[in-house]
Amino acid sequence: MFYRLSGVHHANYVSDSRIFKVPADRNLAVFVLLFGLAAPFIVPSLYLNSYMLPWLIWTAAALGLNLVTGWAGQLHLGYAAVMAVGAYASIHAARFGIPWEFALIIGGLASSVIGSLFAFAALRVKGLYLALTTLAMQFVMDWVLTHSPAITGGSHASLQSPTLALLGQDITSDTGYYYVAFGWCVLVTIFMLNLKRTGLGRALVAVREKDFAAAILGVNSFYYKILAFATSSFIAGVSGALLVATFFFLAAPEQFSVAVSIQVLAMVIVGGLGSIIGSYMGVALILLVPGIVNGLVSGSSQSLGMQINVETLAHIPNAVYGALIVIILLIEPLGLGKLYGNIRDYLMVWPFDQLRK
Amino acid sequence: MDWIFLSELAINGALTGLLYSLFAIGLVLIYKASSVPNLAQAGLTMVGAYVVLALARDLGLPLWLAIPIGAVLMFGLGFGIERVALRRLAGRPVVMILMMTLGLDIFLRGTTLAIWGGTSRSMELGVSYEPLFLGDIFLSRIHVVGAAVAIALFVAFMLFFRTRTGIKLRAIADDYMASWSVGISVERGVGLSWALASVVAMAAGVIWGEIQGVDQALSLLLLKGLTVAVLGGLDSILGAVVAGILLGIIENVGADFLDPIVGGGSRELIVAAVLILTVMIRPHGLFGRHDIERV
Repeated sequence: MFYRLSGVHHANYVSDSRIFKVPADRNLAVFVLLFGLAAPFIVPSLYLNSYMLPWLIWTAAALGLNLVTGWAGQLHLGYAAVMAVGAYASIHAARFGIPWEFALIIGGLASSVIGSLFAFAALRVKGLYLALTTLAMQFVMDWVLTHSPAITGGSHASLQSPTLALLGQDITSDTGYYYVAFGWCVLVTIFMLNLKRTGLGRALVAVREKDFAAAILGVNSFYYKILAFATSSFIAGVSGALLVATFFFLAAPEQFSVAVSIQVLAMVIVGGLGSIIGSYMGVALILLVPGIVNGLVSGSSQSLGMQINVETLAHIPNAVYGALIVIILLIEPLGLGKLYGNIRDYLMVWPFDQLRK
Repeated sequence: MDWIFLSELAINGALTGLLYSLFAIGLVLIYKASSVPNLAQAGLTMVGAYVVLALARDLGLPLWLAIPIGAVLMFGLGFGIERVALRRLAGRPVVMILMMTLGLDIFLRGTTLAIWGGTSRSMELGVSYEPLFLGDIFLSRIHVVGAAVAIALFVAFMLFFRTRTGIKLRAIADDYMASWSVGISVERGVGLSWALASVVAMAAGVIWGEIQGVDQALSLLLLKGLTVAVLGGLDSILGAVVAGILLGIIENVGADFLDPIVGGGSRELIVAAVLILTVMIRPHGLFGRHDIERV
């Protein structure tokens, strides 16, 4: 009734390999894309730059982590460290006078190299032990960043990012920053959408499901694991660089601490492993909802005339953030993407086919 | 090399290490029973310290009463967390369980700080700050007390695992399917292990709170506790104790050598390096079972 389909049924290979199996999903994507393009003219610039822009960049980063965790099935708790490598590499390159286009690519490649080091852990262990190793590597990276003045200027120092300029245009306006973030996010999304119908994507899924079964099928799991880590690290590096260039304007080691790694992983898992629309929703939930709840609490306490301790208010977002992770995992362990799919599938056949369940 | 200085470093390291073991025993208890890596242990430690502090300070109870009441509350909390959050995720991939414990950790820390505030408070156990002398070696009293608590808990658990309930827990750790089929309530066993781990977390919280003050820095113990647990083997309590002593010595002596070279703060680096090397060379740790999955 709500959809013109009555379920997803494929009659030929072309329909099976479509990016959007349900036309309504495609329409939704086109609508979101148009909204994203028009956003600077609709959304007030405060919301544009403090909510939409970080949302888009973190989505790009979360999609990168989704590639290695959701598609290739390798746990990664050191993602922020890889983002830091990209951010610092491109800012140093840009400060050196290299044009930003190349500086971003240099950042991405530097991240790829360091990120592939994480892959060597993945070649030896998996699951929990991989998570612990990458966590330890994150701590090592934190330590290196705070103890090497040549890169970061020391533990409490920050590094100014030079003015962003792409294709010969200096980008200084809010709208300009927004479009840069939007363009990067769209690029990563298109890449990820197409990934699942390429040989690479199928190989990664094979490695995730059973690596020795993949090996029997002739998929070199060694090669594909390193490839997955390198690709996701490239995305991480460019996202980290853009985050600093368009949002923070200053790079400091604390922006890429272990808590950030956990946050990105939370975004991916709350969104749903291997789900692209889920990544968008997961990032929105983790990034924006704690702040909104905090605003609601402080607003309602003021209107009710209650005094809430400043310290309490400062820690409510953290408690909400943790509670969100727990609640989403309890409701649907496969995340918001799966929840969206469930609702869509339910509505697709509504009001028929309800008695069978 | 000054041997007295070196042995002072080693002994103090071992005492600090036993305090890490105190933290790691909680991790091991839960991992043994349910193969859940409990990254929320740091959050539980913080909650434990704050609960005891709230009972002692805000309600004005004496410490000898506040600690047992705190233990009962933590026992209930651990049971509740397992019942509400972890039981429904049983059998799910490890990534979701890891995320659940991370989420719990963030939630527990955020709630604790929202209720009691983030300013550091002291535990005031009444242990004097006068150093203890062992020949020419200085020892900190509270570290000795903490190490004694760790060893006492270790002995208590060794004895506990010989009781009827303890044998049930060991059976669950061995093979939960088989335990189920002979009528052992696996759910209750796993819940009990969470409850015990929460009580251990409270003990760790009280001791560490006395040493470094009760604030959110208590959650920084996670990396060290994890390293101790992995080095000892995630399912061995004896391993946690031995590995704690080992890590404490390596950390203290190593930091003394490395700090002048790299300019301070090398403890974290040493701990992280020990964790990485353990996982790379011997993932099942010193005393763990060998069935760890390798690629």
